[in-house]
Amino acid sequence: MANVDIHAHEEVHAHDHHEDHDHHGDKYQSNFITTYIFSQDHKMIAKQFLITGIFWAFIGAAMSIVFRLQLGFPEESMAWLKPILGKWIVLNDAGMGTLDPEFYYALVTMHGTILVFFVLTAGLSGTFSNLLIPLQIGARDMASPFLNMLSYWFFFLAGAIMFSSLFLSTGPFAGGWTAYPPLSALPQAMSGSGAGMTLFGVSLIFFVVSVLLGGMNYITTVLNLRTKGMTMWRMPLTIWAFLVTAILGLLSFPVLVSGILLLIFDRSMGTSFYLSEIFIQGSALDRVGGSPILFQHLFWFLGHPEVYIIIVPAFGLVSEVMSVHARKPIFGYKAMVYSILAIAFLSFIVWAHHMFMAGVNPFISNIFVLFTLIIAVPSAVKVFNWIGTLYGANIRFNTAMLFSIGFVSMFISGGLTGIFLGNSAIDIPLHDTYFVVAHFHIVMGIAAFFGMFCGIYHWFPLMFARYMNETLGKIHFWGTLIGAYAIFWPMHYIGMAGVPRRYYTFANFEAFNTFAPINMFISTAAIIVFGLQILFIINFFYSIFKGKVRTEKNPYGANTLEWTAPVHAGHGNWPGAIPHVHRWAYDYGKDGIEFIPQTVPLKEGEKDMGAH
Amino acid sequence: MGGLLIILSIILIFVVLVQIGRINEIAVGLRGKEQAQRQANNRNAVMGLVFMVAFLIFVIVSFFAFKDRMLGFGPHESASHHGGLIDGIFLTTLIITGIVFFITHILLFWYSYKYRGQKGRVAKYIPHDNRLELIWMVVPAIVMTFLVIGGLSVWNESMADVPDDMKHGLNEGEFLEIEATGFQFGWLLRYPGATDFKLGTRDFRNIKAGYNETGQVWTDEKNHDDFLADTLYLPKDHKIRIRIIGRDVLHNFYLPHFRVKMDAVPGMPTYFVFTPTKTTEEYRESLSGYPEWQAMADPSDPENKFKKWETFEYELACAELCGDGHFSMQKIVRVVEMDEFKKWYNSKKSFYSTEVNPPKETEVLSRETSLEEGHGGEEGTHTGEGHGEGSHNVEGHSTEESHSGDHTNGTHTSGGTTTHTEGTHTEETHSGGTHNAGKADGKEGTNAGKATTTEEGENKGKKGKIIKKIFNKGKKEKTGDH
Ligand code: HEM
Ligand SMILES: [Cu+2]
Ligand SMILES: [Cu+2]
Repeated sequence: MANVDIHAHEEVHAHDHHEDHDHHGDKYQSNFITTYIFSQDHKMIAKQFLITGIFWAFIGAAMSIVFRLQLGFPEESMAWLKPILGKWIVLNDAGMGTLDPEFYYALVTMHGTILVFFVLTAGLSGTFSNLLIPLQIGARDMASPFLNMLSYWFFFLAGAIMFSSLFLSTGPFAGGWTAYPPLSALPQAMSGSGAGMTLFGVSLIFFVVSVLLGGMNYITTVLNLRTKGMTMWRMPLTIWAFLVTAILGLLSFPVLVSGILLLIFDRSMGTSFYLSEIFIQGSALDRVGGSPILFQHLFWFLGHPEVYIIIVPAFGLVSEVMSVHARKPIFGYKAMVYSILAIAFLSFIVWAHHMFMAGVNPFISNIFVLFTLIIAVPSAVKVFNWIGTLYGANIRFNTAMLFSIGFVSMFISGGLTGIFLGNSAIDIPLHDTYFVVAHFHIVMGIAAFFGMFCGIYHWFPLMFARYMNETLGKIHFWGTLIGAYAIFWPMHYIGMAGVPRRYYTFANFEAFNTFAPINMFISTAAIIVFGLQILFIINFFYSIFKGKVRTEKNPYGANTLEWTAPVHAGHGNWPGAIPHVHRWAYDYGKDGIEFIPQTVPLKEGEKDMGAH
Repeated sequence: MGGLLIILSIILIFVVLVQIGRINEIAVGLRGKEQAQRQANNRNAVMGLVFMVAFLIFVIVSFFAFKDRMLGFGPHESASHHGGLIDGIFLTTLIITGIVFFITHILLFWYSYKYRGQKGRVAKYIPHDNRLELIWMVVPAIVMTFLVIGGLSVWNESMADVPDDMKHGLNEGEFLEIEATGFQFGWLLRYPGATDFKLGTRDFRNIKAGYNETGQVWTDEKNHDDFLADTLYLPKDHKIRIRIIGRDVLHNFYLPHFRVKMDAVPGMPTYFVFTPTKTTEEYRESLSGYPEWQAMADPSDPENKFKKWETFEYELACAELCGDGHFSMQKIVRVVEMDEFKKWYNSKKSFYSTEVNPPKETEVLSRETSLEEGHGGEEGTHTGEGHGEGSHNVEGHSTEESHSGDHTNGTHTSGGTTTHTEGTHTEETHSGGTHNAGKADGKEGTNAGKATTTEEGENKGKKGKIIKKIFNKGKKEKTGDH
């Protein structure tokens, strides 16, 4: 490699003011429990988030396979699942097993909740914010390692509660991940709305505690613990993304708690925040004056920022990985930052685009249409900047890079369908159809997963000092890219034909039941893609123990600080002084030098892009 | 045994893949890192190109394969006035986003291919380009402005309520208001009678399962001519205002062919105004030109000589998750010419005249007719439910239409003779054993309702079978475990 020897530029700062905070090889990590379980080392906590996230992703994906079997092969017997699902598979006299409709809805609900909150919120931003914030800004750990540890354990608790609800005799909550009342408020409306909903609500509240503890920490750390020279405009885009994500979470998640709290009051204390004029199961309820719409406002005030809480970290990861492997600065760094900020701001004033058909005043929708479609502008800027980054590059195709390119493809495909849905008039026929399912899975589900895979493959050597297997990685990538489109692209057509989502079977409608071959195709693709994810999991755990060993500090020739730490960095990250920063993170190919790490001082008269 | 074999072969596939991965890794070690990387660059860059071409072809081909199922295309034309406008703005958006989709995908994979890592290549140092960035900000902004303006004008036209001075009725320039009440799991369709064309007020505390399903307030004379129907009959080219009620949880009144969709919200009636532009017959006619609609309606039944297009019906569905029977809330929608509509309309007997305050001697008989025609289908759904009398004691809230106040003092027996009649009749006519079958049977009831609609000229033998299957199972499970 024609480049600068990094080690030569690693300066030792004898009077480093951070040195007081150095708790390397410290009392906090003395035994197995404090090292691996109640660890306060951000690197270990990141791994905990990641592995828990993978566990949940497996559960959530397996659930989707079960309900896809129902949709794709409604005539096939599911008796073979009886040993796992027990009474939720109902056998008839001929031994034919069918999925119970209520359990179908329970599966869909749990699938959505698990993937949105446990995998793509905690598993994604929890993992990478923890891993990268201290390492990339040059801090020894989070501002509060203790709160950071609590953040993980609250997440764990939330997960444990949700998991336990799967074993209730009345089943887990089944009213959709959006949990709209009155369905979620009235136990008599659905059996999952009983104890299942109680556990669902409690679990989410603990989850929010986790997000808030984590978020406060991330924000404080980014704002206060940057090493000398790391100005805001020198931060890698990952850090910007995590900072903005944390702010989004901090401002929006508490609103979800208030929404759920009022729901719990309605459920157990006889209040009527969301209930009015209800006649159910043969009796008129003594509850009037509330409005179910209120819950929808509260929910989507979180819900829309939440989709950006999921995607913004992926923006950051993809930008960083793409720049490193394109050997080129990210195109339009400042535009990337401003577009993240713009998207984040706008994401707070578009929530009602989920409620165009909910009975809110149609006049109000005008404003939400306007703001929603404005989001397309910063989104377009990001896409063009990524493409611009590839222009004139010298691309190193490894799995991480492939996933970052795949991410851009998914973000384009899914973002464009958002333009249909954001335009309220077009949302009339498309709302709550498979078109919406296709939209949000591509733009949020698959795109965010691609961002996460891109991050895992890229930073795996940083976490485990070994590499993941590249061949398996590439099989995983190409299979998943093709498979994901095979699953979700045809759903657009089904949705355009008007087929509603959340249908256990389409047999009751002449208009909706003509898609059996496509549904079969989709389900088959889903099973194959699921198999590929198992291949990823095998690769992941195999590589932790048997992967190729990382010997170099900076295997990718990257500029950011995490690659200046020793291969087996202890608690505190850098054994000696913390490195100082002299330039922005994207000096790739500058003046014919392949890469110039941030620790390299500026030459005489050299202009730093991070200066302003 | 077969299962075991499948599991074993799956495991085998994974083992093989992992071995391939390991061997390749060793090969990389032998060949040298740089060379292996270059080879990977070439392979994956080409792969990207191949993927792009295949993907874009797939997009085009699948588009044309599904064209006849899509909004506004071919047989899927809108059957309402505003629906046509929606399809128009949809098509515009489709074209614009389609162009962007193709351009960006071609650039993305072309650049990835062109600038794949090669020996001796040096990446260009281009940190930014303000002019370019300005262009790709301003152009999308302009396009969005165009789409917002187009979309909002369609939206405001589609969502406009009927003008204040418009009259209820069936004459030219008047509108017909119909009430659709969503409940677990079905729809109640209430028409205003021909004397006033106005729907009478309702109060959820008046609801009596299996009897006064919509909670009509009998002291309101507007109610006396209202009737319930099992099929949503609509006159062609006449403005319809659907008043949408959620009786228990959220539902969504969804007419796919008419581009109508609106939540049914308990406690807050919503509405949707639209004008059907094609009768069911005309729609069938337009379908007859498409090969997929020429297939037999029910291939499994040799007796059934109908083609698909001949048995086509518009449908009403629910598009908001409302419980475990959400997927079954189907009703037939039938659009007919105004003359025919009037004939149908006038043949309907009001619920009040047959049930609540009928001429004494014909009482029993008329009850039966009303069950069959009116809401026979839904009967079962409300079975086994106690008549929650206690709930009538709620005080002091003004429900949407019950401004009367008669019903907020808990007694319901106050006031005139009509109210009194209501009470008695509930007891008399609905104490029979037909209605206490339990929840699962209730669902079967919903489907029985569907069977009734079949008599109206469709052939849905197969469908009935499937539904049976599902519900038999549901029933068993319910009685067994819960
Ligand atoms: C160009 C940008 C986008 C626009 C204009 C847009 C617009 C919309 C609209 C209007 C809906 C509601 C559709 C309906 O229910 O009828 C929707 C649903 C959704 N969007 Fe987007 N969206 C955009 C980008 C995103 C992104 C980036 C994400 C995630 C990272 C996302 C995730 C979702 C999800 C999860 C839903 C479904 C929620 C549910 O009902 O369960 N969207 N989008
Ligand atoms: Cu949104
Ligand atoms: Cu429903």
